[in-house]
Amino acid sequence: MNAPASTVMPASQEAPAVVEAADLSLTFQTNDGPVHALADVDLAIGKGEFVSFIGPSGCGKTTFLRVIADLEQPTAGSISVNGMSPSEARQSRAYGYVFQAAALYPWRTIERNVALPLEIMGLSKTEQRERVARTLELVNLTGFEKKFPWQLSGGMQQRASIARALAFDADLLLMDEPFGALDEIVRDHLNEQLLELWARTEKTICFVTHSIPEAVYLSTKIVVMSPRPGRVTDVIESTLPRERPLDIRESSEFLKIAHRVREGLRAGHSYDD
Amino acid sequence: MMHLRPSWQALLAILAAVAALIMLPAAGGAAAMSGSGFALSAIALLLAGALVTSLRLRPMVSAVALFVAAHGTAWMLITGIAGGEGTAGAAYFLMLIAAWLLAWQLVTVLSGMRPASTFSNYGIRLIVPALFGIWILILWEAIVRGAGVPFILLPPPSAIGARLVNSIPILAADVNQTIFKAVLAGYVMGCGAGFAAAVLADRFLFLRRGLLPIGNMVSALPIIGIAPIMVMWFGFDWQSKAAVVVVMTFFPMLVNTVAGLAASGSMERDLMRTYASSYWQTLLKLRLPAAAPFIFNALKINSTLALIGAIVAEFFGTPVVGMGFRISTEVGRMNVDMVWAEIAVAALAGSVFYGAIALAERAVTFWHPSIRGG
Repeated sequence: MNAPASTVMPASQEAPAVVEAADLSLTFQTNDGPVHALADVDLAIGKGEFVSFIGPSGCGKTTFLRVIADLEQPTAGSISVNGMSPSEARQSRAYGYVFQAAALYPWRTIERNVALPLEIMGLSKTEQRERVARTLELVNLTGFEKKFPWQLSGGMQQRASIARALAFDADLLLMDEPFGALDEIVRDHLNEQLLELWARTEKTICFVTHSIPEAVYLSTKIVVMSPRPGRVTDVIESTLPRERPLDIRESSEFLKIAHRVREGLRAGHSYDD
Repeated sequence: MMHLRPSWQALLAILAAVAALIMLPAAGGAAAMSGSGFALSAIALLLAGALVTSLRLRPMVSAVALFVAAHGTAWMLITGIAGGEGTAGAAYFLMLIAAWLLAWQLVTVLSGMRPASTFSNYGIRLIVPALFGIWILILWEAIVRGAGVPFILLPPPSAIGARLVNSIPILAADVNQTIFKAVLAGYVMGCGAGFAAAVLADRFLFLRRGLLPIGNMVSALPIIGIAPIMVMWFGFDWQSKAAVVVVMTFFPMLVNTVAGLAASGSMERDLMRTYASSYWQTLLKLRLPAAAPFIFNALKINSTLALIGAIVAEFFGTPVVGMGFRISTEVGRMNVDMVWAEIAVAALAGSVFYGAIALAERAVTFWHPSIRGG
């Protein structure tokens, strides 16, 4: 894991890689014996890509995201984020992380929640105000600055948490099933807004999801994973255009990619559970 | 013709009033001279009140009628028995029961009211518990005087009140000595030390492993045992009482703060980690705010513990002032009314102390589901 980043061969040559993993493995030691959360994962994520990780529970997709974020330590293999180790990348605030739940602090207003990372980084008050206003505008929450999280709907809370992850302008956005707890209609709406946001900010996004339509609709690259041990079974480069209206989901192209994702999931699934 | 639909309280009150009429006179002795007068008008007032409420008029009218009838009767009974203490007959107690039933009905009517304005809503929320408290005093006064309970066992509230008013300078000096010196100083030091120890125990594992069990043992120390020792260490004045309070308040604060610091969710802590936040930043911006409900719990528990500790500690040597000193000496001199006056002052001070902390809690932890309501 301490191998220099230059020894890792980038998989896609056209764009500089933001995340590169080679032979990455992570084994949790539990009371029931070792659990192989990740086994020999090789993956490169280029700048500006929208990568979805899809697979059944326990396939290691969230663990992989947490390794990128330096929230878990790999047990073997190497990984680099922006050419640095994950720990260095975290120290230099290279990424914003959106969790499954909004995890907003209930004693802070929306505005002050979004300002939280900026406070920790020690930005000036005026800079904080300016950035908070800009990111809240980006997620369509202007006018809700003074509300407390518990006064907003679940979808609005999750948008505020995305704003918080965007506030300090990291180039990489890691999203761990951010819309998993929301209903279908809100989810569609937020997916559309997320694509719009991605187009405007040109960030690299890693997005963990359970939903095939969500993965196909959002991504330029879909990583299909399978459990026990968690590994990558298929990497699908999307042929859909970057401009995606919601009704693209009825096109034959969309359905073809969705079919391939489903096949990949089925192939990787061991039917013993 | 209007229908009478009496509640069961009103019905029983009417029965009790009629029975009282049959069993007159209400009291013997000197009170019997003017006795029939107060008893008859009291019965008339009771019946009128019960009938008005049975007409099912608007709740406001009902409430006013019940208020006048219940408290007018109580007033007549208490003034009427003067001079005839201990001679009250069945009629007296039947009238008292009838008046109490009407007061019960009054509280029921008030609790059922749904006023539109928040102001009157707030008023009702204050009036109902106030009526409960007032009726405890009324029943206490009327029963003690009617049945002639010896003064030494239980003085009537009026005598306690009179003693309280007459002894304000003494009581003020006692409050100053016990509360403003011993309790406040001990409380601030004990809670502050408990909090600081909790933060350190959170930072350093060896403290958490070592200090918490010791703290547990300290909390189990009997206050009766440590108070004389503190007097030997810190002298007779308030400092030794403050030391007892420190020992009593330290541990609840320590345990609650340690639990509170562990209360923030793992997701919230991971979030701080993704910002590369330092230990102290995470403590100030996440873990202490999340611990606030626990810390306020400790502050509330300690507010009553501190008062008890300081008063009891004064039983073991003190200058000739202080609430605990006063209680122990006045009991010895059979001045029970002074003891009760001191108890009333302690209860009042304790409630004010607790209430102030509860208000601060509402202001600080407004975001917690238990306060914002859901």
